[in-house]
Amino acid sequence: MNKTLYDKLWDMHAINPDDDAETLLYIDRHFLHEVTSPQAFEGIEKKGLAPWRLDANVATPDHNVSTQRGKNLDIHNSEHSLSKIQLIELDKNCKKFGVTQHDINSDKQGIVHVIGPELGLTLPGMTIVCGDSHTSTHGAFACLSMGIGTSEVEHVLATQTLRVRKLANMRISIVGAPKFWITPKDVILYIISKIGTAGGTGHAIEFAGDYIESLSMEGRMTICNMSIEAGAKVGLVAYDSVTESYIKERGNSQKLESSDAFDYWSQLHSDPHATFDKEIEIDISDLLPQVSWGTSPEMTIAFNGDIPKSSNSKKALSYMGLENEKNLLNIEFDKVFIGSCTNSRIEDLRAAAAAIKGRKKAASIKEVLIVPGSRSVQKQAEQEGLDIIFKEAGFSWRDPGCSMCLGMNEDKLAPYERCASTSNRNFEGRQGYLGRTHLVSPFVAGLVAIHGHLPSDLNEYNYER
Amino acid sequence: MNIIMKDKIIGIVAKIMIDNIDTDQIIPTEFLKSIKKFGFGEFLFDGWRYQRDGDLDTPVKERGLQKDFILNQQPFDKAKILLVGDNFGCGSSREHAVWALRDFGIEAVISTSFGDIFYNNCFKNSVLAIKLQSKDITKIESFIKHDPHQIIVSLVDKTIMAGKESITFNVEDSLINRIIHNQDDIDITMKDAQRIKDFEANHLAVKPWL
Ligand code: SF4
Repeated sequence: MNKTLYDKLWDMHAINPDDDAETLLYIDRHFLHEVTSPQAFEGIEKKGLAPWRLDANVATPDHNVSTQRGKNLDIHNSEHSLSKIQLIELDKNCKKFGVTQHDINSDKQGIVHVIGPELGLTLPGMTIVCGDSHTSTHGAFACLSMGIGTSEVEHVLATQTLRVRKLANMRISIVGAPKFWITPKDVILYIISKIGTAGGTGHAIEFAGDYIESLSMEGRMTICNMSIEAGAKVGLVAYDSVTESYIKERGNSQKLESSDAFDYWSQLHSDPHATFDKEIEIDISDLLPQVSWGTSPEMTIAFNGDIPKSSNSKKALSYMGLENEKNLLNIEFDKVFIGSCTNSRIEDLRAAAAAIKGRKKAASIKEVLIVPGSRSVQKQAEQEGLDIIFKEAGFSWRDPGCSMCLGMNEDKLAPYERCASTSNRNFEGRQGYLGRTHLVSPFVAGLVAIHGHLPSDLNEYNYER
Repeated sequence: MNIIMKDKIIGIVAKIMIDNIDTDQIIPTEFLKSIKKFGFGEFLFDGWRYQRDGDLDTPVKERGLQKDFILNQQPFDKAKILLVGDNFGCGSSREHAVWALRDFGIEAVISTSFGDIFYNNCFKNSVLAIKLQSKDITKIESFIKHDPHQIIVSLVDKTIMAGKESITFNVEDSLINRIIHNQDDIDITMKDAQRIKDFEANHLAVKPWL
């Protein structure tokens, strides 16, 4: 039997494998946040139902929280009335139904895709869902994880299952030794620019190859996180010794080691002769740092590359104010955002700190937001003194949340402001009405923060990972 | 027992032939602050529809219409069907995007492809997502150039009637039946409750760490 990792995970959770129309897939873990859950809780309440398996559910507020809230916020007194309603609603629903919530003042709060793995709530072999498309992040742990809509959130709450159709299998093998300034973010942006934002539609993408094997769990999460920007709602990496060490370091392992969990997980890889519906190999030996120039993540080039000009790019170039630019080297930035479920983990903050090396924010940059993905990342960064490096550079060190990844909370771009952002989407208006987003790695974001623009020569940076 | 609740969609087609329209364009994040499931129609394509940005509290009347946007023009302001570019609904999983389409009055969306999560969300809200090959899209495009810009979609026969053309489309029965019979997913699944319980008992016994 030669199965892909996705096939294996599917078979382990299919309740009615004989039904060929729709499969009932058993869900092991369900994450909830304040934006996509209120209507779902209301739905099950109207039907007189309760969560099917309470301990499968974990909630935390992230999208709509203030990143300048300090430690003991009373949500009832928080300023923004509309955001407040969602935070109160999540709190109310969790209490009413008995769902565990790492609330706004908890030292476990953070972006849902950051806290899942670090709290040991994300374990290999699980099926994981959340009303958020970047649930693909957890696939780094050899989990079948995917984003769902609010109706499905309601369905999972009520039945612990999803009604789904199987995706096709795709494998992207990443080979070649990257240059020292290349981060996983550059690699995934490059992949998306090659295969397009619909390149993985209808597929589960398994990321493989020497490069993936060499990456930490943080790096693998960055890659899986953006599989949705390549069209695939599922991203996957096989279980290996890196996965195992990460889990062993996170406590909880006593309970795990007394079971045969680690043995069981060791089968979580594609069999050697498994067949994929689509296979792609990407060589990153000569890759340069990537920067998006347009309004879709596929509109990405090397930092010093030429901006493609065609009838298809006209609308995006006009939105981005780049009609008269040949490349991105001379454009001035207004803001820098380092954060989001793509790049807000400790390694990302270390990369940004390494890029700035004790220098100060460029005078032309209005604001640099550094937003750790969770309280725990925040704490660790503070222990390592990274917060001091950022503060001394004139950056704004914030409390965890989605922040300027999306224009929902107070952290937003003003119209026409240009931002170097480590987030995952450069859609029109994503970071604020008429705001202009360039997706970059934390390293490049750090460089933009201190220079005000992209560097023209990378060789002066002896950046050690 | 399976009563037909809806078998046809007859309506005006509005055409927005841009590729990769993401759910942030269909409804910007600002409007996701609502905890309700209805009332999003005014904010459909908000960034393209109004002259100024807004929020849930600002009456849209105060924001001025972008006159050259198709859904602001008669008769397309009454459109029931959208014809759109490739990879429509990519991006965020927000079901609010489908709620905005539905609340505006859109009953069907036609494209060469859709974002996976968006596609699923459509059928949960009785919005029919139709995938067609580009040659069939071209046929519809040329037909709807003319007044009354209208086509007929038969859900039961899975056909689109556009003038003399009749185009068939493919969609899984399990999906389209949700719309035809107005079925609720949870009701369907609950019929298998015992099966889920049995599976769960075994699954958790074998994997005690879960
Ligand atoms: S950080 Fe951004 S992409 Fe990630 S969950 Fe929050 S809003 Fe979504």
